[in-house]
Amino acid sequence: MLEIKCPYCGNRSQNEFAYGGDATVKRPELNTEVSDQDWDNFVYYRKNPRGNHLELWHHISGCRQWFKVLRNTATHDIIQTMEMKENP
Amino acid sequence: MKKYSVFSLVKNALNHHKDWDVAWRDPEPKKEYEAVIIGGGGHGLATAYYLAKYYDLKNIAILEKGWIGGGNVGRNTTILRSNYMHDANNLFYEQGMQMWKDLSQELNYNVMYSPRGILNLAHSDAQLNAYARRGNSMRLNGIDAALLGREEVRKMIPFADFTENARFPIFGGLLQPIGGTARHDAVAWGYARAADDMGVDIIQHCEVNGFDIENGKVIGVQTSKGNIKTNKVGLCVAGSTSILAEKLNMTLPIEAHVLQACVSEPVKPLLDGVVTFGAGHFYCSQSDKGEMVMGGDLDGYNSYAQRGNLPTIQHVLTEGVALFPNLSRLKILRTWGGIMDMSMDGSPIIDKTHIDGVYLNCGWCYGGFKATPVSGLTFAHTIACNEPHELNIPFKLDRFHTGHLIDEKGLGTKTWIS
Repeated sequence: MLEIKCPYCGNRSQNEFAYGGDATVKRPELNTEVSDQDWDNFVYYRKNPRGNHLELWHHISGCRQWFKVLRNTATHDIIQTMEMKENP
Repeated sequence: MKKYSVFSLVKNALNHHKDWDVAWRDPEPKKEYEAVIIGGGGHGLATAYYLAKYYDLKNIAILEKGWIGGGNVGRNTTILRSNYMHDANNLFYEQGMQMWKDLSQELNYNVMYSPRGILNLAHSDAQLNAYARRGNSMRLNGIDAALLGREEVRKMIPFADFTENARFPIFGGLLQPIGGTARHDAVAWGYARAADDMGVDIIQHCEVNGFDIENGKVIGVQTSKGNIKTNKVGLCVAGSTSILAEKLNMTLPIEAHVLQACVSEPVKPLLDGVVTFGAGHFYCSQSDKGEMVMGGDLDGYNSYAQRGNLPTIQHVLTEGVALFPNLSRLKILRTWGGIMDMSMDGSPIIDKTHIDGVYLNCGWCYGGFKATPVSGLTFAHTIACNEPHELNIPFKLDRFHTGHLIDEKGLGTKTWIS
């Protein structure tokens, strides 16, 4: 079982969390010219790395905060967790 | 290749099984091939087989990083079906179902195809209505389907929870009588033996490290066993697709996720078909050895680990016990995981790429095994003719740009939500 360190609650079991996907995906800025390619990349295309992956998790059965996790997709090791405004 | 038959079995039995041929050779790679297929799983082996059989390419290699059949073709729950809603999926998978019927004869290898029926259970009126609609869609495409009521289902699976206290009472179900199972390892081995017989070189423990591209055309691949020249490369690497695509400077609409399955200790014959639970994600069949073969949800986070975690297994088996209370007394024999190439609309991609001579076969989500023959056939056509077979025209990569998505479940891009 994964043990995830919520930045607000500390180490908690995987059962309390929901996954939110790749945290590096950026929605195109509002009120700017957005090409079809930019939009495709935002909606569909993912780097999908084997190795370190920065991702969103939601402490849905806890404090209900969203936060970021840097996790290795090959080993499931969690390297770092951080608040949304922070970066690894 | 010596043909397998009852006579060869008797002859070799009398000879203490000393004279069996090897099923396929273990060749060293040549300097050059007409086509190279990367990935010695079910789809890669089938692609090479149909390339050699129908498209007159004789000089073909399959490059496999590990050993053939060690990936998802050996890790699935062996279910065959074509009970889809959308025409593109229906027609594609139904062609596969027709190919399963005589695959053992075609390959001269017993793939233990067993059309034992697949029953999707409904647990509300609304769900039964949705199944009626899907059944109609199947029948309009020439695929048999039967809508069953509660009592008809009870006759098929009397040991399911039909009590007053059932949390999700069974209202009925949708049956595809021709759905069933096949022995997954035999599918890989059968295609390997038949392809090898037609001269395909199956090269195991050979990892592809890079591609030689010149003026937008592929001219070779760099492998752990040296460089190989070729003008046609087909990628059949399922969960590892994004890793190879990165070497081609491609980003794909795919995420790798881990899916677990498990089998119980073997028991006497209990379940003669495949049953899926409709109020959650759980499915079950019984293997010929007597094990209950069970699976369900993805673990739900990106993973290349080929193993998952216990919470998902516990969740899936809780659903199993809600459906079949008598499973609660069984012990689990083993669990395992495989890496699913989850596409962003839940449907596969079989297409050319922006690099001339590089072809893509991926995005099978958790439904690739049943498609093995038809995926091989259509991908072989795409590679040999440099244009898609009529059945895989809808499965183009650019549908994520044009908007012609094939979103069977209506889940959108959140593929980890099962």
